[in-house]
Amino acid sequence: MDWLMEWGVTWAVFLPIVGAAILVLLPRSSEMGIKVVSLVFTGAPLLLGIMLLGPYRASGGIQFEKNIPWIPSINANYHIGVDGISMPLLLLTFLVTFLCMIYALWHLPEPHNPKVFLALCLLLETGMAGTFVALDLVLFFIFWELVLVPMYFLIGLWGGPKREYAAIKFFLYTLFGSVFMLLGFLALYFQSEPNTFDMIQLQSGGVLDISRGLANLIFFGLFLGFAIKVPMWPFHTWLPDAHTEAPTIGSVLLAAILLKMGTYGFLRISIPILPDAAMTFAPLIGALAVIAIIYGALNCLAQVDLKRMIAFSSVGHMGFVMLGIATMTDIGFNAAIYGMISHGVITGMLFFLAGSIHERYHTRDIPELGGMIHQLPMLGGLLAYSAIASLGLPGLAGFWGEVMALLAAYSPIEGLNTGTFRVFMVAGGVGTILTAGYFLWMLQRVNLGTVPAKWEGKVFEDVHPLEMASWAPLLVLILLLGVMPSIVFGVTNDSVLRLIEAIGR
Amino acid sequence: MVRLLAAEAHEVAVPAMIDWAWLIVAVPYVSFFLIVFLGKRLPGRGHEIGIGATAISFLLSVPVFASTISALGTEGFHGFEKSIRWLQFGDNEFLELGMKIDGLTVVMLIVVTFVSLMVHIYSTGYMHGDRRYTWFYAALSLFTGSMLNLVMANNLLQLLVGWEGVGICSYFLIGHWFEERENSNAAIKAFITTRIGDVGFLFGVFVLFFAAGTFNITEITEAVEGGTIAAGVLTAAAVLLFFGAIGKSAQVPLHVWLPDAMAGPTPVSALIHAATMVVAGVYLVARMFTVFHASPVALDEVAIIGSITMLIAALLALVQDDIKRVLAYSTISQLAYMIAGLGISAYTGAVFHIWTHAWFKALLFLGAGSVIHAVHSNNMSDMGGLKDKMPITYRTYMVGGFALAGFFPLAGFFSKDEIILGAFMQARAGHGVGWFVFITMIVTAFLTACYVARMLALTFFGKPKYDTGHVHPHESPGSMTTPLILLAILSVVGGWVGLPGEPNLFANWIHFEALEHHPFNLAIAIFSMIVAIAGFLTGWTIFRGGRLKIDIVRSPFGWFYRLLENKYYLDDIYMSAIVRPIRDQISKFAYWTNQNVLDGLVNVTGMATAALGRGAYDKIDQPLIDGAVNGVAFGADVAGRGLKFWQSGNIQGYAGVLFVGIVAFVLAFIFIRI
Repeated sequence: MDWLMEWGVTWAVFLPIVGAAILVLLPRSSEMGIKVVSLVFTGAPLLLGIMLLGPYRASGGIQFEKNIPWIPSINANYHIGVDGISMPLLLLTFLVTFLCMIYALWHLPEPHNPKVFLALCLLLETGMAGTFVALDLVLFFIFWELVLVPMYFLIGLWGGPKREYAAIKFFLYTLFGSVFMLLGFLALYFQSEPNTFDMIQLQSGGVLDISRGLANLIFFGLFLGFAIKVPMWPFHTWLPDAHTEAPTIGSVLLAAILLKMGTYGFLRISIPILPDAAMTFAPLIGALAVIAIIYGALNCLAQVDLKRMIAFSSVGHMGFVMLGIATMTDIGFNAAIYGMISHGVITGMLFFLAGSIHERYHTRDIPELGGMIHQLPMLGGLLAYSAIASLGLPGLAGFWGEVMALLAAYSPIEGLNTGTFRVFMVAGGVGTILTAGYFLWMLQRVNLGTVPAKWEGKVFEDVHPLEMASWAPLLVLILLLGVMPSIVFGVTNDSVLRLIEAIGR
Repeated sequence: MVRLLAAEAHEVAVPAMIDWAWLIVAVPYVSFFLIVFLGKRLPGRGHEIGIGATAISFLLSVPVFASTISALGTEGFHGFEKSIRWLQFGDNEFLELGMKIDGLTVVMLIVVTFVSLMVHIYSTGYMHGDRRYTWFYAALSLFTGSMLNLVMANNLLQLLVGWEGVGICSYFLIGHWFEERENSNAAIKAFITTRIGDVGFLFGVFVLFFAAGTFNITEITEAVEGGTIAAGVLTAAAVLLFFGAIGKSAQVPLHVWLPDAMAGPTPVSALIHAATMVVAGVYLVARMFTVFHASPVALDEVAIIGSITMLIAALLALVQDDIKRVLAYSTISQLAYMIAGLGISAYTGAVFHIWTHAWFKALLFLGAGSVIHAVHSNNMSDMGGLKDKMPITYRTYMVGGFALAGFFPLAGFFSKDEIILGAFMQARAGHGVGWFVFITMIVTAFLTACYVARMLALTFFGKPKYDTGHVHPHESPGSMTTPLILLAILSVVGGWVGLPGEPNLFANWIHFEALEHHPFNLAIAIFSMIVAIAGFLTGWTIFRGGRLKIDIVRSPFGWFYRLLENKYYLDDIYMSAIVRPIRDQISKFAYWTNQNVLDGLVNVTGMATAALGRGAYDKIDQPLIDGAVNGVAFGADVAGRGLKFWQSGNIQGYAGVLFVGIVAFVLAFIFIRI
């Protein structure tokens, strides 16, 4: 037990990279072996994550902490730990990656090369999980950047027709942001007394004593890094391209987890370390968030490619997350974390479905599809279920994040203009109507009606058992999180309250 | 985890039934999953589960009803409330999962479970052989569970869960025959239109949450009564909540979805779009009446919206050919009666009308379904003379029609009379909108009887207008006629709980403390009866010959007739001014902007800096600073990350952007430090 509490997180984070190394050693031809290794090395972290829930205490603040010197010359430490803000995201990472490995048993994209493909996925997992547990800025940055490389290759090598453009755009755009983020980190280091990269130390009073202007500038640097990752409007244009071109598993991981690194950065780094600057930026963040909601929804209405539509819907949903963050309230932060989890589960599921639809029809063009529920009743039913969850129906996962974010916007923290945020709230509300509109319209065109002449007489295989196995946990979570929102709020609330208390100092 | 609010405060023993009342909601929800996963394997393809579950809910509701109304006599007792903690957020803010059981709840429980049970049974006949029979029953179960959740919820967010749940079921069931584009269009229209109202509702909930610090309905009510909430806040809350009612209960200007919703199977129209879901808006106003009561402005708004709606819907009912659309507009109009009734503080009468309307309107819809089943058409121009072919349907339909028209001693008479009386008392007391509401109600009562006469005449009397060669109407099977008979009985006796008494029985169950109950007024009763008879005779005289339309198209009133035929052009206006511009133009423009402006900016920046980079490399770097360390080094760094496999001219360009950006940022840092 002691071992688990001390080293469990570390093992969980690094096991995938070990798996990747083993894959490299395996011969390319032993496909089954490759798949088994990747299953084991993603399953084990998931198992560790679940086991950690046992000793985990919601009221315990940061736990499973490990802090050992790493690069003494710059006072960078291997400092990791988990609290209510990171725990749900960490588990989501382990779960979704594992499910992707199950999905890989059924289908892998062309060009067929499971060894490299799966090794990259494992590498990606370490990067993502590491980002969520790092409590040292250098460590955080390493993990953050580690994510870029495998995703770049996943898109660039296994993507659609415009994969190269999409991959480079993804890479450079994110890199562009992370350079400013790094500059922000460096500034924090040099401005702190004693110089430190430690997030916890930087939050504590007296360590960071800087002018308002400098704080705002640093915040802006971090903002660029995180906002591009989220992505916030108007930095989102890499996302639709990356999603459209990425292979199914890439899209799922990108939507379900990668985007959350940005929003997580706000909650873990920007806001706690620079709360005053966060207050200054909050109205801007709120404004960009609601623009994203409306703008994302409008763009969804204009899409013909199913995957691209889901990508734009992510822009809108992440807008709700950012709106929650912008309110700087406990309700808003809770809503944001909840929204990240529900978006991860639902949109991850939607990308799986889009991939499986493409596998069968070899097209994702919404106008070309139609009457799918007649030919593929199960797949069509799941699409309807996930789309309805995504439009925020109460009782399913999508609801709570949205409604709590809007609730928070009704009454933002003292110091922010209530009137402004109520305008945001109303705009967000309009966004929910548009969201319902484009999802139902999509369902009408894809699922309903009669089978078009083009597909008539074709026999498709409905949901394969392996597909079902990889989706079932997400499908159950969509309902479970909707019916028992306390599953997430119970974990997050206490840490959120600590955060609120910390920034209120 | 279970806490008991009201019962402990009063000298009322909590009947054991109340502890188990949550099953009323849970059973249909469970039934939904059972039908989805097991339904197809069963001999009845799932209907046995649905019928069984609804029957259980009904059988549980009866003792809950009985024990609650018997406790309601106790001084100071308002109801039972039980809850568990659903989730905590923030410091001390909770959301409960609970049930509030009072007079209003139990009346709704009986209405919902009984009509649902009737519809479940009826559908075994009506939907026989449908290709999505199992799914139909699953959706009915989900609907029933959500509707019961809505009426039992003890807090507004839980109520909203039920509220949206019935909305999505309505969407599923309207679009049940989604092979036809028209049907799925109607389904989407219903969902989106009501959601517009729901957003307002949601914001109203927010207002109350921050004003009272809770979502709990009892606690909000107490906060309002305690006078701790400012009047302006209450008005805002009431007006916003009423948005939800406008959408759900199909009031002007969001009423347009309900007539289209008739695309769904007729039993669905009876259950969802007549007896239960559409009264959710009325229920909401009644449930939160303390908030409305505290705001005269909001009450007037409610009264005016209701009055306008009842009149324009009744006029539309008069010109329809589709029998279901007659009933749909009639439903809008009758819902408006309830809404306006609440607006003029005829609280008991309005809720009473929910009760009676449920019986006779469900009856009329199911009867219409029986007729449609027989002649294979929705249009009254294909009916006529069915009196003798379908004796049970005919007789029960007449009962429903007379009840709707408000004839003594049928159910509709009592409730309508009580609302009209309330309006009259308001008017006489000199209340601003009182006369307006009263006169509108009288005119609507006249029109109602008039279109009922028209509907009865065109459907059952006169000569057959269907193709007698091919269509041979006959009475529907017992599974369909039994619910008709039961509902017909209720359409007669259902109103008798409101027989004049001091106070009458229904008012004992449902009343609003702060309002006095107006005693029965014979003059008003006779007057409203005369109006109804006059309306009926007028309609009968004009339409008994089997004419569908009156010959006024060419008269000076022709424009008005055309206005009605085109539903006041509202659908066209909404479509061409809102839906199409957003869906087809604004969205395309947004996407164009995205691709050409925002993304264009990114691409142009990339390309421009690529050119800049090349220029710098060719003109400055190579000739001037050979073996440079700046741009190229960075480019190499990027390439070192593995990019060289994909290297295009762009990479160095982007790297150039990075470099320029970094320099700018560093300069800014230096500047600030100094």
